[in-house]
Amino acid sequence: MLPPAELLDTLRAVETPEGITLELRLAGPAPRALAWLIDSLIKYAVLLGILLGLGFLGETGIGFWFLSLFLLEWFYPVLFEIYWNGATPGKKAFALQVINDNGTPVDESASVIRNLLRAADFLPLFYCFGLVSMLMNREFKRLGDLAAGTVVIHRERPSEPIPLPAGPLRRPLFPLSLAEQRVIIDFGERSATLNPARQAELAELLTALYSERNADAVAALLANARWLRGEQG
Amino acid sequence: MKQQLFEDRYAPFWRVFAERLELLEQRRDRPDAVLATAAFPAAYRQLCQQLAIARAREYSPLLLERLNQLALRGYQQLYRTRPGRLPAILSFIAEDFPKLVRREARLFWCCCGLFWLPLLGMGYAVHSHPALIYSLLDPDQVAHFTTLYQPEAQAGDRPAAGDVGMLGYYIYNNISIGFRTFAAGILGGIGTLFILLFNGLFLGAVGGYLTAQGLGAVFYPFVVGHSAFELTGILLAGVAGLKIGLALVAPGRFTRIQALREAATSGVRLLYGVVVLLLLAALIEAFWSSNRALPVTLKYTVGAAGWLLLPLYLLLAGRRGA
Repeated sequence: MLPPAELLDTLRAVETPEGITLELRLAGPAPRALAWLIDSLIKYAVLLGILLGLGFLGETGIGFWFLSLFLLEWFYPVLFEIYWNGATPGKKAFALQVINDNGTPVDESASVIRNLLRAADFLPLFYCFGLVSMLMNREFKRLGDLAAGTVVIHRERPSEPIPLPAGPLRRPLFPLSLAEQRVIIDFGERSATLNPARQAELAELLTALYSERNADAVAALLANARWLRGEQG
Repeated sequence: MKQQLFEDRYAPFWRVFAERLELLEQRRDRPDAVLATAAFPAAYRQLCQQLAIARAREYSPLLLERLNQLALRGYQQLYRTRPGRLPAILSFIAEDFPKLVRREARLFWCCCGLFWLPLLGMGYAVHSHPALIYSLLDPDQVAHFTTLYQPEAQAGDRPAAGDVGMLGYYIYNNISIGFRTFAAGILGGIGTLFILLFNGLFLGAVGGYLTAQGLGAVFYPFVVGHSAFELTGILLAGVAGLKIGLALVAPGRFTRIQALREAATSGVRLLYGVVVLLLLAALIEAFWSSNRALPVTLKYTVGAAGWLLLPLYLLLAGRRGA
């Protein structure tokens, strides 16, 4: 039985031959649906463009149009997934990426499988089966993903480290466990993204460490964070 | 070692590693990217070690997330598969595809039964009682097929578009049907069963009705040329679909997911061959079958040749290598 925190998590761990585990952040139905919407718009825009562009070719133009319809409908995602780092333009817009569920880039066979089975995911209408399948397994796989062994993950560019606000260093009042130290450093690194009221609210939870209130508590906590992180004074 | 010291020590390394990743991700064949490749695996292993250390020391989540992202991107650059293309395609057509089909012989005969028996039965029934066709088609469709195969209708009356126009349409329509026949198999095979049965009944009804109306002399010379490739193609798509359906229903010694993956991998290879067959069928249908100037005996001869050569190919090709 997994601890509750892990049951709720969308992280998936993959072990590599180097003996480390990589963490994949799985993408749920909502961003994927939006990405699909963008891709659909692009496809229809291209088809409309081809229709207008080839109209003067008459019957031959119609033939090419059907050919493009066929290729776009079935192979538009395959092409991008194989040659553009696993992401169609829609997925790229939402920083999503298709990969094999062992963490390697999606290969041709898997990409073809997951995109042909789109036809089954789409049934009976608007990806009903796909959605049900995504909600029924831990990795948000639609039927095509199940058969191909692929997952869709969030791919964020790592942000540059945010330096802790400069200030005095202070050793905590008593020795802290690794997990506790980690929480305090994490607070320091994220403090720039929190507003002062929220910072104070969080800092005041640690009554065992501080008698200070409000901004003073925050300052004390940041001083601890700097010390724990090993900054030089 | 405190986190700050750790970061200070390795920050230049991570920056260089990230730059290399950018290069590799953009284009693999640029010379500077190649240079980066040579030292890349060693750098990647170092990064893995740093990530492991950072985890063991429980450094802050932001740092771990950064290292995890770098390692993941490195992993994806290192472990990608790049098989050669053209030789693989040629040997696939010459050997692998017929072998695949022969491996699925039992399923293939099942699909044949599911398709041909309803076709022949329905054809016979509708031929005897033409009104039966309305149990399957609505009157508009029936009228459409009847006008399509009128003897006096000349090439201009054919549904639209000229030969190239129809080629595009046939490719889109037929191969999409093939793909859907495969995809529907993931619903425990039921979708594929339905598509095969329905198409058998439908074509049987149309054929029987047109024959009863005395239009067989136009209908059969039209369909005979491409029928071998088109029908066999759809049947093989059915084989691929039933294969993934069966993997779910009766996974054998595997878990259902494992069985499904195996079946989908070989099913999709079968489907590559189906695409080739259906492309061939579309070409014949657009440029040969639609040409009414050709003598009927020639069309039957070519049709018969297709029905002879295709089974021979599927039966014999690639046996020597095995």
